[in-house]
Amino acid sequence: MQPIRIEEVQKALNRFANQDVYLHLETTNGAYASHHNEGFFAAGAYIRNGRIRFSRAKIAGNGPYRVGLKLDLGWVYAEGLTDWEVTDKGQLLLAGHDYEGKLAVALQLSDEPF
Amino acid sequence: MERHILVVFPHPDDESFGVSGTLALYAEQGVPITYACLTLGEMGRNMGIPPFANRETLPSIRKKELEDACRVIGIGDLRLLGFRDKTVEFEDEELLADRIHAIIAETNPSLIITFYPGYSVHPDHDACGAAVIRAVERIPSEKRPVVHCVAFAKNCEKEIGKPDIVRNVSAVIDKKIAAIKAHRSQTEGLMKAAAKYGGDAIARFKTERFWIYTW
Ligand SMILES: [Zn+2]
Repeated sequence: MQPIRIEEVQKALNRFANQDVYLHLETTNGAYASHHNEGFFAAGAYIRNGRIRFSRAKIAGNGPYRVGLKLDLGWVYAEGLTDWEVTDKGQLLLAGHDYEGKLAVALQLSDEPF
Repeated sequence: MERHILVVFPHPDDESFGVSGTLALYAEQGVPITYACLTLGEMGRNMGIPPFANRETLPSIRKKELEDACRVIGIGDLRLLGFRDKTVEFEDEELLADRIHAIIAETNPSLIITFYPGYSVHPDHDACGAAVIRAVERIPSEKRPVVHCVAFAKNCEKEIGKPDIVRNVSAVIDKKIAAIKAHRSQTEGLMKAAAKYGGDAIARFKTERFWIYTW
């Protein structure tokens, strides 16, 4: 993956608009966060291969970045995004890596199921 | 004396913390106030202490709290614009400006109060302020209402200077505290802590600071 370049990611997001696409969205503080820091409340969630359709996508911020996808009846949102990649299958992968390089958040879009 | 004041913020409680003293003073003079609140703060993390709201009930609870706060402050015209918390920055900028411009055209305010774009910490705050500025810019410069902005980013004084207006709102501090408390799901814990530490925590509510937006 490479550091996010906002104009290029915006273009890549736009390509998925107005069609059925598959979403992987994940947020995590790691399985050991509470173990290493007792005062830390660990929480996370993910959705894999959620099929969505959005009419509008936008990446915002100065880095780490935020992304919002506007659905017919709702939103997809992620913050803390730092890096991106388009795979050879054309999947858009966005990830946020923390100060130790660990994954903290991921937002991925694909024409076919992951 | 102002003809009409239009307040535009994205979240229920923005008005109470930032400007409710100023608004209560104007309301006591009989100045009509319209408040356009962009979202219902649907994504708030505070659910009450102990929790009495959840992710699904929070919007209707916050709507009621907002209506109560408006009554306390003397805001007679509350408009809920129906955008969603944490998504204002992703909306179509022209659409946002259209909605705000329509309210400006209808209410013909002499003063608009909003967040200073770029210096208001939360992305919804910055996007809200930017949309208001964009809407006002559509009005020929000689006809534009005055815009007073709230800013509280750490770097704001360094970059945009000292506030142009520092208003003492002690005369209506009871109304301001009651307005903040009306947002019970969001503020109960905070206000209990403030009461416990007394002095300084309440004292900072007695001053409200504004930057006059200049083009
Ligand atoms: Zn706010």
